[in-house]
Amino acid sequence: MKARLFAAVMAMGMLGATAAAQAQIKIGAILSISGPGAAMGVGYKGAFDFFPKEIAGQKVEYIIRDDATDASTGYTIAQKMISEDHIDAFIGPSLTATDAAVAPLANQAHVPMIAMAPYEYDPTKQPYTFNDAQPLPLMVAEVFKYMQQHGVKTIGYIGFSDGWGDQVLAGTKQAAAADDMKILADERYARTDTSVEAQALKLISVHPQAIMMGNSATPAALPVVALRHLGYKGGIYGNHGIVSPAFIKVGGGAVSGVIADTSPLVVYTQLPDSNPIKAVASTFMKEYTAKFGPQSVNPFAGYSYDAMLLLQGAIPAALKVAKPGTEQFRRALRDALEKTHGLVGVSGVYDMSPTNHNGQDSRAAVLVEVKDGAWRAIQ
Amino acid sequence: MDWFVFLALLQDGITTGAIYLLLAIGLLIVFSVTRVIFVPQGDLLAFGTLTVAALQSGRLPGTLWLLDGVSVLALLASLFQGRRAAMRGLLAWGLYPAAVTAAALLLAPRELPAVSILLALAIVTPMGPLIWRFAFRPVAGASVLALLILSMALHFVLIGLGLVFFGPEEASAPPITDASFDLGSLNVSGQTLAVLASCGVLVLGLRWFFGATIHGKALRAAASDRLGARLVGIDAGATGALAFGLASFIAALAGVLIGAITPLSYDAGFDIGLKGFVAAIMGGLVSYPMAAAGAVLVGVLESLSSFWASAYREVIVFTLLIPVLVWLSLRSGSPEDRA
Repeated sequence: MKARLFAAVMAMGMLGATAAAQAQIKIGAILSISGPGAAMGVGYKGAFDFFPKEIAGQKVEYIIRDDATDASTGYTIAQKMISEDHIDAFIGPSLTATDAAVAPLANQAHVPMIAMAPYEYDPTKQPYTFNDAQPLPLMVAEVFKYMQQHGVKTIGYIGFSDGWGDQVLAGTKQAAAADDMKILADERYARTDTSVEAQALKLISVHPQAIMMGNSATPAALPVVALRHLGYKGGIYGNHGIVSPAFIKVGGGAVSGVIADTSPLVVYTQLPDSNPIKAVASTFMKEYTAKFGPQSVNPFAGYSYDAMLLLQGAIPAALKVAKPGTEQFRRALRDALEKTHGLVGVSGVYDMSPTNHNGQDSRAAVLVEVKDGAWRAIQ
Repeated sequence: MDWFVFLALLQDGITTGAIYLLLAIGLLIVFSVTRVIFVPQGDLLAFGTLTVAALQSGRLPGTLWLLDGVSVLALLASLFQGRRAAMRGLLAWGLYPAAVTAAALLLAPRELPAVSILLALAIVTPMGPLIWRFAFRPVAGASVLALLILSMALHFVLIGLGLVFFGPEEASAPPITDASFDLGSLNVSGQTLAVLASCGVLVLGLRWFFGATIHGKALRAAASDRLGARLVGIDAGATGALAFGLASFIAALAGVLIGAITPLSYDAGFDIGLKGFVAAIMGGLVSYPMAAAGAVLVGVLESLSSFWASAYREVIVFTLLIPVLVWLSLRSGSPEDRA
């Protein structure tokens, strides 16, 4: 009897030992796969099909959960991932509001997270939060650089009457002040509005040399159509939220000549060969479009992919310090992420520092123009 | 603001006002006959636009299968209600959807604008009577508040279905006419005139319908006194179905008209419906001419406030409700008197 009990205890002990030896890296991804953010979530999730199953000789397990485009659901998922799944790092969340909800949790538990939506925070206060989506001011600044080169001195602004409209306006004000331009009008409309004729009339009546738009997706075509219908001749500029084939489909001929910034991945085939991003993006997109079709190119898959690249770059250094599943490993992983230098992703080139947890520069923004019914990179 | 700007704003405001007017009429018909505030009317408007858009791109819209599915249920239900109801059910819920489906299967690949528009109207119009048949008729005697809550619930159901059927993208309907001409410095599009003309024809048509036909008179009787109408033998179920049918036809028509001016997404209908509701409220939910004036007022006010203070446009439009409600309640005396 005693011998049998002893054997059982031994066996259990050995089981535990093998489990520890096989410790794998666990990465938790919180994505908005259903709900209003689903159109973007499809892209974020698609990239995971091409992630490596092994990094630096260690097995990697990706746990993907859907927050249904809801920050409080995302928070609950994050709690579970930390306390039950014992993950080593977060990829995501893919929604700004969920990023804001999950960040304090991740920092408290010392789990590095790579937020994948534009999210503003202080990296010295949230040392475990990283972000691989282009900050809005970086993108808007590129558009303004182009405007300045083309002699624009006065602009009119039209945007959504929501948080996105406010964010782009803030970026616009910042860039306009830096480039010594005047904002003559600030007009707003709602995503579901059926007419922006009045706002367009107001914009035209103050005679701006160019129009900057703070809107996104297909409702962004509405002011362009109205402005052109009323005979506005100046340039019309937008942000990366409008760069999609659907925008051109809805706007038709009126949107021809609209200029906006976008992630390099969106127009990777049109990048010059000297741009290091082109090679990385081509490798990724070759697999991605083979599975999801040639029309599936989108910036969101790129943020997931870059998050993986960042982790892939940092994991070897962290493995030298400790085993996955331990706090020491997560701490080392964070330190290694912060030391990321010159990492070429598909959305930009990353140079992290203790005060900059995004690390992107102007190489993360490409200007595109609507020409012959498609978005073309401006060289 | 010079004359050109003012006239352009006025034109814009009257065009949207005409759409709100259509929705206000639909709301008034349904409310006066059944006491239901027909919130999903706006969603049916979006269904109208998106159904045309789908047909125009050669796809069969999900609304067609919804019509077929729910019609089969209605047909089965009518078979258990005696011979006369069964015959009527066979015609309305058997033959009609079958004919529309056959027409859509045959004609959708041709992508003719006029055919797509007629098909969309034929597909969306029966949604009203079907909603009445399954959602409201079983609880027709409930309080106005309960009916309103049910109405809100249906709105969410339809929005969900809209997302499933049409996806999150916007789509536009084909214009009825591409013509446009200059009136002085003002450019007037043919579509704007088409909206106003359709609105006028519909109002005159309804006037004739309510004044000269037996069904129209039955609706008026049911609207003025529900119990009295039943006592003289007017079928409350039939008048309800007719009222909902008119409302959904009007919504689909408005969707087809406005869809050619601006692209709509599956969830855009609610806001438009809400503005139509504001207009209907101005008519005290009883007066058609007052509602018409209200609709044009909402449209023009919206246009002017977009020009002056675009960020506060909705605030201005909905604030208009407060003085109207105060005036209405002062005019009709204290609530105790009315009860």
